[in-house]
This record gives sequence, C-alpha cells and structure tokens, in this order.
Amino acid sequence: MESKINRYSKQLILINSLFIIIWLVVSVFPFIWTFWGSFKVKADFFSRADWMFAVTGVNTLIETGDTSTVKAYVESWTEGEFWKATLNTIIITISVVTISLFLGTLGAYALSRSTYKYTFWILIAALIFRAMPHITLVSGYLFPFFQLNVWGILPTTIIVLVAINQPFTLWLLYSFFKTVPKELDESALIDGCSYFQAFRYVIMPVMWPGVITAGLFSMMLAYNDFTVTSLLLNQQNYTMVPKINAYLGTIEHSGNYMWAVSSVVSATAPLFMIIMFFQRQLISGLTAGAVKG
Amino acid sequence: MPHKTFFWFFFPSGLAMLLFIGLPIISSFFQSLHIEPEQILMEVEKCDPFGCKTETKVDIEATTKLQEEQPLGRFNGLGTYGDRNHLAFEEIKEAWGNSSSMSEFIDILLNLPFYKALLFTLTFCFAVTPPVVVLGFIVALSINTLTKSLKGPTIFGVILPMIVTPLIGSLVLFWMIDAKGILGATIQYLFDDPNLSLKSSSQLTWITLIIYGIWHNTPFAFVVFYAALQTVPQDPIEAAIIDGASRYERVRHIVIPHLYPVATFIILICLMDNFRVLEPIIGFAAEGVAQSLSWMIYNDLRSENKMLFGSAGATSMLTIIGVAFLLTPVLIRTWREFRTER
Repeated sequence: MESKINRYSKQLILINSLFIIIWLVVSVFPFIWTFWGSFKVKADFFSRADWMFAVTGVNTLIETGDTSTVKAYVESWTEGEFWKATLNTIIITISVVTISLFLGTLGAYALSRSTYKYTFWILIAALIFRAMPHITLVSGYLFPFFQLNVWGILPTTIIVLVAINQPFTLWLLYSFFKTVPKELDESALIDGCSYFQAFRYVIMPVMWPGVITAGLFSMMLAYNDFTVTSLLLNQQNYTMVPKINAYLGTIEHSGNYMWAVSSVVSATAPLFMIIMFFQRQLISGLTAGAVKG
Repeated sequence: MPHKTFFWFFFPSGLAMLLFIGLPIISSFFQSLHIEPEQILMEVEKCDPFGCKTETKVDIEATTKLQEEQPLGRFNGLGTYGDRNHLAFEEIKEAWGNSSSMSEFIDILLNLPFYKALLFTLTFCFAVTPPVVVLGFIVALSINTLTKSLKGPTIFGVILPMIVTPLIGSLVLFWMIDAKGILGATIQYLFDDPNLSLKSSSQLTWITLIIYGIWHNTPFAFVVFYAALQTVPQDPIEAAIIDGASRYERVRHIVIPHLYPVATFIILICLMDNFRVLEPIIGFAAEGVAQSLSWMIYNDLRSENKMLFGSAGATSMLTIIGVAFLLTPVLIRTWREFRTER
C-alpha cells in the first residue's frame, strides 16, 4: 500500500534518473570503449591527432582496408599464445572451484553444527587469515617452493589458491548452513544416518543456492588472480591476467600493444556473461556477511 | 557434534589453511632474519702484450658453492628491518640531527623507500574509503526507487567495475586517461594545455589512482547498502509520513541510523582491502611516483634470478603489523556479534 505522500515528486524522479544514468555511464562506458577500440589499430585507439579516430577508424582503414579489424585478436591468440593462457585459466579455475567447494562445505558444515567453543576461535583465525595480503603469503611461499622444486607448475598454484580461498568460503558457507534448521539433520541422525550420510543426503540437497554462491566467489578469485599466478607460475604456464601484464612489459611485444587491449576483452567477456547469469547469487553472497536476516 | 567427527570434517580445510596461510607467515618471518650472501670477489691478473693488470672479478664458483651451502643466506637477525629500505633507523637519526627544521626532516623521512610507500598506502586507503561509502549509499538509494524491471539490468551495469580484476580495470581506465586516449585528450582540450597529462606530475598520478580506487570499490558499498535498505523497517517510515516528515527527513532520521552498522562494516573491509593495493600501480604504470607496501614486496620478488627474500620478508612482516591495526576493530565487532548470538 503506497500512500499518496510517499510517491516521488517529479523533480526527484528527474534528478534520480539523471544521477543513475551518469553513474551507469561511468561504470559501463570504459568497457564499451575498450571493446570498440580493440577492433582498431594502435594508431587509432591511441590517436595523437584526434580521439574521434578511435570511433571512426581512419588509420585502421588505411592499414587494413576496413574500418575494423580482428588482427589483434588473431595475433594474440596464435602468435601471442593467448590460447595457452586461456587453457591454463580454465584448468586452474575449474580445479580451484571444485576443491574449494569440497573442502569448504565439509569444514563449514562441521563449524555450523558443533556447539563447542573452539569453533568460534577457528572462525576468528579464518578472519585473520582472510585479512592477510596475498603478496605477503607469496613472499613466504617462494623460497620453500624453490627448494622443493615445485615452483612454476599449475598444481602448486591450484593448491595455494584453494588455501587462500578457504577462509572466505568457510565464512560464507557457515552463514548459509546456519540458515538450514538443525532439526533436519538431527532427525536423519535418529533414523540411523552417520554424520557424513546426513550431510551428503539430507543437507547438501537443500544447500545448492549457498554452494553456487560460494562457487561463484571461488571462480572470481581464481580467474582474476594476479599476485599469486604472476609470481608462482613460470612464463610458459601463465594464466590470462599475468599474460596480459607480460604483453605490456616486454620489449619484444612493444609493437603489439593492441594484443593487450584485445586480450583484456577476451578475458573479460566470459566473466561478464557468467555474472549476468548468476547476478542474484553474487549479491546474496556479498550481503550474507554484512546484513542479518 | 562429537570432537572426532568434527575433526575429520574440518581436517582437510584446516590443513590447507595451516600449510598455505599459517606456515608462509612463519616462513616469511624466518626469511626476514637472513640476508643474501655477498658475492665472493677475487683478484685476477690479466696479461696481454701491453702489460699486466689486476682486475677484481666475482668468483662465480665460490659464490655458487656458498649459495648451495646456505640457500637462505647468512643470519642477519633483525638487521634487515633497520636498514635503509625498511625502517631506516640510522638515516632517521642522521636526518634528525642534521635537518634545521621540522619540514626538512619530514622531507627526508618521506624520501626513504619504506616511509614513502607507507604514506602512499595510507593516503590511498583513507582517500578512497569516505567517497566510496557516500557514493555507494547514494547509488543504493537511487536504484532502490527504480521500477522492478529496470533494477536488474541497472544493477548489472553498476557492479561491473567490481567484477573485473584490478589490473584489467586499471588498464581499461589507463588507456582512456592516456594523453592519446579519449579522456586525456578531452582534459587537454578543456584546460587548453597540450602538454597536460595525468602522468606528468606525481600529484596527478596519485589523484588518478584514487579515482580508480573509488570507481572500483563503490559497487561493493552499493551492493551491501542496497541489501541493507531492503531490511529497513516500514512501520516507523509510515508513522513518519503520517507525522508529515519530508523524504529527506525520513532518510536522515530513520534510514541512516538503521544503516550505521552496515556502514562501519563497509569502511573496515574497504580499508583492509585497499591496504594491499598493488595491481592499479602496475596497471597505471605508476611505479615511479607511487609505491605501496605490497608493491615493494612484489618488486623484491619479481626478478627471477635475484630475489631478495630477506627484504621481502621484512616488508611482509611490517605490512602484517599494519593489517593487524586495521583488523582489530573488525575482530572486536565479530566478537560482540558472537556473544549476542549465544
């Protein structure tokens, strides 16, 4: 029931819409601009003469015979070996999500069902671990990993990312498990299930929303990571994000600045699509820790 | 749940955290107590038809041997913490004795690498957080008034800057702000100065980085505020309407007090996350004028053949102390929440 006074005045609606439109432009325009520019040549995207060249593609027309080109994409994927980086990202992301969820659901279920005081201290420890800057952890890994000869390969990075991801996954799933009534697994236990059976056949089937949310966050962490992947992987095993950074830095690619631009688009597009699909879960996860009820 | 069952359920997750978060911190500390071995020099006499010269050369064989014997280098105690690249005790003492005025002393102090990085890190943290909270709140209020069909797509657009990794986000902005990009060119046109570039002075670079920080962090504040707005009780608002309160008064006296705890949560998370700022500095190629604590560690570790484990370890420990300061309020808050729950 909306009372008459509660309706918004015309002025307010106008200011409001204007503000939202401006804010949307600020948030979205950079991505549209980069997407559009990735089909141009460098002389257009970074035009000294006139930035309108990036829209119209004057130099692109001169250099390639058309106003837009996929040259940068083709070159970065083949010559720049971006396909390899993509493959590595896919392997790392899938492994991290699977292992994180497996460990996280088990741990968080135990934390939510135990009534002893140590669960509180474990959760506090997890909170402290979550606050550690990743780079300080990496500085601790490098030396032992060199000594053990496990530096530079994918499995090491996967385990490290899983571990770094655990504190957040535990907290998130813990708050989801808390919303599942205890009576549910208690009745299963009375019927003769073991704890693991109760967890597997009674609790997990009603936990899918929480699991999807936690999986989404694990995915974003693994997919987006730069600190860990750039320092723990060797150049051949780079994932997308450090690969893009490598395109920018090295001298041999200096002429191919557009490789980085097109790779940014290649790396961002799948992520945006996934988020578009799972937006609701993402938001519910972000707020789980902040808002009660 | 019995202890034994709990143990087996929690064991894999706990082991992963202990091995890859707990141990590295200890390993970092251990590294910080050591310093890279010095290169062993030897004198070589080189003779050619025009005479003989003695040259000092690195004795590669002996150096490698020493490195194999002591891969971590020699024990240095807390020496690394006090050297020029970290807390720089001697340099400070000297500057204190030699500088004639306070401002001169501060000048010298802020040119020391560690203090320079600390200043940037703290400036970044405390300049980004307040606008993020205010903007996030305003965006949440605005979007909350939209009709339902518009909400979904709008929210998707608004959260994009948060989803992309900071490196990509900063690159996307950097390419626009570049003197040859759309924003950079427009700014030059507006100020009628063809040499104006956001990279030209350190202040402008800092401002660019801070603007990036606000752009990247506001969606997070928005999402949390937006969710909290859904839980604002309707009864007091209706009562206020009946009493004739304006929309502004309702927001000021009912909505904002309800959101205070959420705002503190956002502030704390924002401070903690921005304290580790690293990727934007790389993305904006701002290493020259803006270094953060994380960047110092990254810089020590990135060259593959000569990593400075000791130096990186010491900076890591100092960073962790900084994080501990920021973390204390969060811990107190969690502690209280737990106590009220039980």
